[in-house]
Amino acid sequence: MEMTGLSLLTVVLFLPMVGLTILMFMNEEKQRNAIRWTTFGFSIATFLLSLLLWALHDPANPGLQFVQRNDWLPTFGVSYYVGIDGLGLILVLLTTFIMPLAILFSFTSHIFEERGREKLYYIFMLLLEWAMIGVFVAQDLVIFYIFWEVTLVPMYFLVGIWGGDQRVYAAVKFFLYTMAGSILMLLAVLYVGGQAGTFAVPEIVAGVQAGTLVFPFDGLFSTQSFLFLGFLIAFAIKVPIFPFHSWLPDAHVQAPTAGSVILAGVLLKMGTYGIIRFCLPMFPEASVAWAPVVGVLGVIGIIYGAWVSYAQQDIKKLVAYSSVSHMGFVVIGIFALNAQGMQGAVLQMVNHGISTGGLFLLVGMLYERRHTKDINAYGGIWKALPFFGALSLIITLSSMGLPGLNGFVGEFTILLGTLGSDVLGITFALFATLGVILAAIYMLYMFQKVFLGELDKPENQHLHPMTWPEVTVLVVVVVMVFWIGVQPAIWFEMMDSSTNAIVDSVAQFTPQLTAMLR
Amino acid sequence: MTPSGIDLNLGATLPAVFLALATTVLLLVDVFLPKERRHLTAWLAMGCIGVTFLLTLFTFNLQTTALSEMFIADNFTGFLNLIVLVSAAITILIGIDYMNRTGSARGEFWSLLLLSTSGVMFMASANDLVVVFVALELLSIPLYVMAAFRSNNPKSEESGMKYFILGAFASAFFVYGAALVYGATGTTNLSEIVTAVAGITASGGASLTYLVVGAGLIIVALGFKVAVVPFHMWTPDVYEGAPTPVTAFMSVGAKIGGFAALLRVLVTALPALVAGQSPDPVWMNTVMIIAALTMIVGNFVAVSQTNLKRMLAYSSIAHAGYILMAVAAAGNPLQADGAAQAALVYLLAYTFTNLGAFAVVSAIEKDDGTGTELTDLIGFARSKPLLAAMMVVFMFSLTGIPLTAGFTGKWFIFQSVIDAGLFPLAVVGVLTSVVSAYYYVRVIVNMYLTDGEGDPAAGATRYVNWAIYISFAGTLVLGLFPILASNLTQAVTLVALR
Repeated sequence: MEMTGLSLLTVVLFLPMVGLTILMFMNEEKQRNAIRWTTFGFSIATFLLSLLLWALHDPANPGLQFVQRNDWLPTFGVSYYVGIDGLGLILVLLTTFIMPLAILFSFTSHIFEERGREKLYYIFMLLLEWAMIGVFVAQDLVIFYIFWEVTLVPMYFLVGIWGGDQRVYAAVKFFLYTMAGSILMLLAVLYVGGQAGTFAVPEIVAGVQAGTLVFPFDGLFSTQSFLFLGFLIAFAIKVPIFPFHSWLPDAHVQAPTAGSVILAGVLLKMGTYGIIRFCLPMFPEASVAWAPVVGVLGVIGIIYGAWVSYAQQDIKKLVAYSSVSHMGFVVIGIFALNAQGMQGAVLQMVNHGISTGGLFLLVGMLYERRHTKDINAYGGIWKALPFFGALSLIITLSSMGLPGLNGFVGEFTILLGTLGSDVLGITFALFATLGVILAAIYMLYMFQKVFLGELDKPENQHLHPMTWPEVTVLVVVVVMVFWIGVQPAIWFEMMDSSTNAIVDSVAQFTPQLTAMLR
Repeated sequence: MTPSGIDLNLGATLPAVFLALATTVLLLVDVFLPKERRHLTAWLAMGCIGVTFLLTLFTFNLQTTALSEMFIADNFTGFLNLIVLVSAAITILIGIDYMNRTGSARGEFWSLLLLSTSGVMFMASANDLVVVFVALELLSIPLYVMAAFRSNNPKSEESGMKYFILGAFASAFFVYGAALVYGATGTTNLSEIVTAVAGITASGGASLTYLVVGAGLIIVALGFKVAVVPFHMWTPDVYEGAPTPVTAFMSVGAKIGGFAALLRVLVTALPALVAGQSPDPVWMNTVMIIAALTMIVGNFVAVSQTNLKRMLAYSSIAHAGYILMAVAAAGNPLQADGAAQAALVYLLAYTFTNLGAFAVVSAIEKDDGTGTELTDLIGFARSKPLLAAMMVVFMFSLTGIPLTAGFTGKWFIFQSVIDAGLFPLAVVGVLTSVVSAYYYVRVIVNMYLTDGEGDPAAGATRYVNWAIYISFAGTLVLGLFPILASNLTQAVTLVALR
């Protein structure tokens, strides 16, 4: 096995842990501001270094870059193996971009007045950042699993300690639900590793492609399909794919604002990322065979999420269910199993992270002022806070998929991909389009109820003006919304060689399989 | 071997023999110590453990038999000796202040602890059913006494009595089983049983029946010791009533001994006990069913517990189920060594984690033995932030969350179970560990997520804190560097030595 020296990627990955270690030795009472700024500083430094990754990344090379590999448990063939391709890079960038926003927003939050333990909060923030980056860079199944499980812990505490009234219920549900999924994945991981003699994903994938490593496949219920499902269920719960979504409204609604932003912005993407990185190239035949089934679930998610969203009186719940709908697009984009669908899906992952993260920030800001999430308690907010209203409008439109903004590019590419797909096709595209229309309905409904109309409620007339951290985070989000919307090519270029390689790895198995299934 | 057939090879037996001898000396020393210096007994016991630990390190890499093939010294023995010595040392740390403040401090306590420890060590090195039996008694009888050591508390007496009666019953099962095996094979020596079994399975007949029934009875007896379903009924009551340090040692030491004997008897002596067409030994299915039942019952019943000690009792039953999965996997001849190694790694991980959890329990326990309800943990994160944080790690480790020892243990076990092809068992194992997450997480909920002021945790004295720190360090190191556990156990093999 090749042993390599320190990679820049390792530095990016472990920088939050350095910050965490420093935080541990700070005094909560006396160094409140220092704690905040240390956390923020480390998250910004991580972001800047990940920009350096971007600058040094060669988009023409579909393979792994910034690779580092060291033995961890050689008897089992497990190594600390990290590296990123275009897909990993774009998600690392998303993570390191969202984290400073979530941390900066927390500065003005009122949660600490009630619950205290500010230091612990920021410790968990950095722990979460470390684990999330780890998920996107790990190239060894066991190391990936470790990071994957570790993300549970800080999120559990963020929801459980600083969440809303039902926080304990939501936190425990989140923990058990996601653990139930991932622990089945552990069995699949161990089986794959035992068969392959190594847990290194590139080696396993190479073995599968070359035919030297065979997971027997003869239909929807065979060894390979069970392994595929073992991974898929873990990922489906995280995404969440209908019908595994029931933890999401609880966790989202009860989480503190920063927690919701990270959940929507990054954690859900771990699921779709996992499908792309592990399910497709390791189990290509099962992926093709199961694609229609997962596609149907994706479409159901799109429509169901939108439908339920429209019925909500709680703004946060409305946004939460809209996530189910939006992530449904990502799922059908992936299982279109062609280049367009895949690229659209990855871009939509980023878009959803930014737009829905932004929406949760908006809801959080409203909640900080009015301490209610009831949609009927608002109305005419635009008149009270016009600048806030304008930024909100842009983010809402972006989430709806208005042309010119980021959401449109992703959804449109996904629909094109679905339309041209051998596995999904026009019916899927039609139903998914219905989701775009429904999104317009519930998003505009929300915007109208909250921001438009008469400013007739006295409590809404004297809202606290926006603080500087709030302005900063929203402006940054809006800039990204426009940037991706106007210049999507930058982002496609970053990842297309990598996503094409993954699509090709499946496509090579498609013809013989379609013949067999007939 | 000498021509006369007597081969003492005392050097190989040194650790266990030294500890047993040192214990008897310690018993005398305690009597002659002036009253104001009696507190030194515990530290003398600690010294004995330290010396034994060093002796074990010197004999760690032996691969030989001793005392006319009744005793075996190999990596398996060495590794288990190290674990049980560590757990005895941590138990002393937990116990020093605890026994004083609950008014049950007596010098004999430490001698009994060492005696039981040496029992475990003999058990781990037994190569003869007679030695297994003697070691079993040596391990158990001191524990009966220790369980009842808080004589001012009726619950403790009940605990000792219950443990004694059921333990005696289990011993009887063992003797009967051993007798049947002797009847079938004509020997009690494990190495000779292996050879005899091959012939018996080939010819069949009454001998085979005796052998199968004997093996069954031995499983029942050892099942009592390690507390697996359906032989677990005594566990919650005994664990709850016994003084917390004793519970801590019982939950670890007795399991180490029990599993050592189970692995030796089943995997070393009876791997060839097959019947019919199946190539797997006949005990494999039984062990699988018991393992599945144990994990299901232990975890589900733990959910409804409100007392921390009872909850940990059911949790320890569940963990016995996980280790038993490895015993079942060891029935597959290709996986025998890997599965045995996995069981050892799990035992090590479980030792640190469980002792840490019990040390925290003893920290919150009041002098009268109350204060161990789950609700007594409310406010603990504010009164003792460091200990609470470590308790979180112990709970995550028991759940099997990565970067803790518990994950390393579960990983090794599940790897061996999957490599042995026992998929349904593996699925039961992972699903029940989700159930276990529910009650472990509830401990964290009470410490961190529930508002309220708690008691200041009077029991968190210096030595208890040390015990918690040491357990914490072990839990973390094993989680971060599983290679350490892997290196220590990689030479473990369960072949019969002659």
